[in-house]
Amino acid sequence: MNISPAVAEDRPRPAPAPPSVSPSVSPSVSPSVSPSAGPSEARAAFHDSAGAGLGFVPLGLAFGALATQSGLDWWWAGLSATLAFGGSFEFLLIGMVTTAAPLAAIALSAFMVNVRHVFYALSFPLHRITGRLGKTYATFALCDEAYALTTGKQARSHSGRRILWLQLFLHLYWAGSAVAGALLGSLIPDGVTGLDFALTAMFTVLALDAVRDLRGDLPTPALALLSALAARLLFPGQMLLAAFALFTAALLARHLTTGRKPTHA
Amino acid sequence: MPDTRYAIAGVLVTAAVTWGLRALPFAALTPLRASRTVQYLSTRMPAGVMVILLAYCLRDLPLTHARTLAPLAALAVTVGLHLWRRNALLSILGGTAAHVVLASTVFAP
Repeated sequence: MNISPAVAEDRPRPAPAPPSVSPSVSPSVSPSVSPSAGPSEARAAFHDSAGAGLGFVPLGLAFGALATQSGLDWWWAGLSATLAFGGSFEFLLIGMVTTAAPLAAIALSAFMVNVRHVFYALSFPLHRITGRLGKTYATFALCDEAYALTTGKQARSHSGRRILWLQLFLHLYWAGSAVAGALLGSLIPDGVTGLDFALTAMFTVLALDAVRDLRGDLPTPALALLSALAARLLFPGQMLLAAFALFTAALLARHLTTGRKPTHA
Repeated sequence: MPDTRYAIAGVLVTAAVTWGLRALPFAALTPLRASRTVQYLSTRMPAGVMVILLAYCLRDLPLTHARTLAPLAALAVTVGLHLWRRNALLSILGGTAAHVVLASTVFAP
């Protein structure tokens, strides 16, 4: 089975270090994009990426192994990791694709799970990245970890090139480990099951961290849990969609009823 | 393997939605920043969505079956490790390892 090259070429190519650096870079940025800056920027980005990479590789391996254990081909894991590049939803996508969920349901679920990225535009330093190709790739590969590593205090002086290199490294870790996991997954003996719990464990960790970030706003997770339980009981076939809709409606209702108080987050 | 074209279409739909969510807001920054409602949702959505996804993962837990103990024990390991060490990778790997061991041995189907 070969992936149509047209599909692959439609996508922005990862081009973190285009040979032609635009001469019109603003003066404040130009020192960091001098011709000699290339390798050291890449090396610095590699250091930046190491911690997140330690997390990406085992999860990518688990994702690839789970994809092939679920009956998908190894290249599908690579395709998903390369093009979708959104770890948490990709795990869900395995289940949706293997149960032949409608494409509209996939789109809506992808929207709900990934809608958090909308808010990354508020602080991701896209203005530091020069060139159309660079900006295109930067938005394409704007995963949670890329956002976290480029918006923190320590990243304030990072150049656009360093950011692009970081994103490319993260992208490569994810895609490479997904393919490796898919190819190695067939070596897992038949009696060994339960790898799919990696997804549950991941959402457990993400939920714990996100709830902690709310600093005591317990009604929010409570509303989410109630929405999930109600959706499970009332709409078992479309639990995810129903739960997201109920939760959004509940949050909006709460926002309207608590009046014009400024948010405290 | 489901139909190949469908499986690819699923990835492309996901990629289009995800990229749209990542790229389009840069073109619409000002109204986003201004909206009180968007700010309200943006601070609360992530936690709620994760809680819902966790519930979704556990949706088919057979509550009357001994096999349920494997995911519940693994869940306890994950939460316990995470509250203790706050290391996401350790919690995920520890919980998954506990589940694989339990589901493949004691609670093997």
